[in-house]
Amino acid sequence: MSKLETKSVVLDKQAIDRALTRVTHEILESNHGAENLALVGIVTRGDQLASALAERILAIEGLEVPVGSLDISFYRDDVANYIAPEVHTTNIPFSVDGKTIILVDDVLYTGRTIRAALDAIMDYGRPAAIQLAVLVDRGHRELPIRADYVGKNVPSSASESVRLFLEPLDGRTSVEILQVAPGERISSAPLGGEA
Amino acid sequence: MSALSSEHLLNIEDLTPEDIYLVLDTARSFKEVNERPIKKLPTLRGRTVVNLFLEPSTRTRTSFEIAAKRLSADGINFSASTSATTKGESLVDTAQTLDAMNCDLVIIRHRYAGSPYILTQNMRAHIINGGDGKHQHPTQALLDLFTMREHFGHIEGLQVAIVGDIAHSRVFGSLAPGLRMLGASVTAIAPPTLLPARPDVLGADVCYSLDERLGQFDVVYMLRIQQERLEESPFPTLREYSRFYGINSARLAALKPEAIIMHPGPVNRGVELSSAAIDNARNLLLYQVNAGVAVRMALMYLLLGGESEA
Repeated sequence: MSKLETKSVVLDKQAIDRALTRVTHEILESNHGAENLALVGIVTRGDQLASALAERILAIEGLEVPVGSLDISFYRDDVANYIAPEVHTTNIPFSVDGKTIILVDDVLYTGRTIRAALDAIMDYGRPAAIQLAVLVDRGHRELPIRADYVGKNVPSSASESVRLFLEPLDGRTSVEILQVAPGERISSAPLGGEA
Repeated sequence: MSALSSEHLLNIEDLTPEDIYLVLDTARSFKEVNERPIKKLPTLRGRTVVNLFLEPSTRTRTSFEIAAKRLSADGINFSASTSATTKGESLVDTAQTLDAMNCDLVIIRHRYAGSPYILTQNMRAHIINGGDGKHQHPTQALLDLFTMREHFGHIEGLQVAIVGDIAHSRVFGSLAPGLRMLGASVTAIAPPTLLPARPDVLGADVCYSLDERLGQFDVVYMLRIQQERLEESPFPTLREYSRFYGINSARLAALKPEAIIMHPGPVNRGVELSSAAIDNARNLLLYQVNAGVAVRMALMYLLLGGESEA
């Protein structure tokens, strides 16, 4: 990862906290509360964000919503070209049937990760609805996918990488734009799960 | 390049310790998939997997077949009785024929050691050794390592006894080096007639008595008495073998409380294990079978995934 240089910090810890709080309110507003909601975060950053959203829902509504984590390695459309160096276990400890699933990821990019995640969730059952919440939307979609809840829109160039760093994993909490050296792989980056 | 340091799995030594841990970690994720109501992933859609089983097998062939199906690969089964080998086709010709059909992965079981290597020289496909003669059976070793690791949380430092027909065992041939690579100690326990002429080449402690050190092992791994491979009688009767080298109620009681019993299957009930031992809760036979599917899915995924990466 030494070839990535930070160009600018888009969101600091406070800004991330505020964005998550606003997204929580938007989720509760459009679903008329937290009844029947469940959060599913895509590893390795989306699951942490899902837990953060669940804490806020508990604080606001006094309701504990179930939280799951999802690894989409086996559903990728580029398995033939590239496989994730580390596979994490999927853990969805509740039935998705009839629930409204809020799918949570850190950075929305090509939309391919979300496509894979939708397939993966469908293999667990038939949710009533799936909505998408992301901390950052950086554009450049390759599939007809959009987020229902966005922490921040960050226009970016394809030669940049937008990445969420989280305290427990990376030693700092921020969203940063990184310059990618020419020829470096930027989509399906093993670190940060950018999608 | 695939994610592993080898594009085939012929011998357990083809893998590094890091490779083995990658397989075991990946298998853990597939084990979760196998417990879902819908046990199917789209991962290897459109890939062709051939089971070339030229020796009888139920669990290994079925396990590979289920693994391929759960990954959405197309699986084709050959068995000795239905293949052209009964018409006298040589292995090289069979390999070239399968190669012309563009298979991606071939799992071969054959009665001669080294047959999987012949395939690698005559095909473009990835080859997995599903058991070759008395040589190696690496996927069995991997599922055994997975079972031990899930049970104890680690493999390093385990004291493992492997009991029985060491001389003819391809299970031993893969498991013993695998355990050594990961830092476990291996003791081979057998009568001298079931050990190779030079037991010092095994790279394991050798002991002729099962009872002598039974209380110190974490894992007691019982090998099957393979009557089909025994050319002459290495022991007077099965009953006598069982009395000296079988696990019965008395020996169950002599094990460490946390020790486990393993067996690659199929069990000769009343020979390696008494019925009481088979039914004993410490017996992980069925866990081994269950883990086998996940471990084979992990291998297929790691061998077939990412191969065209520049």
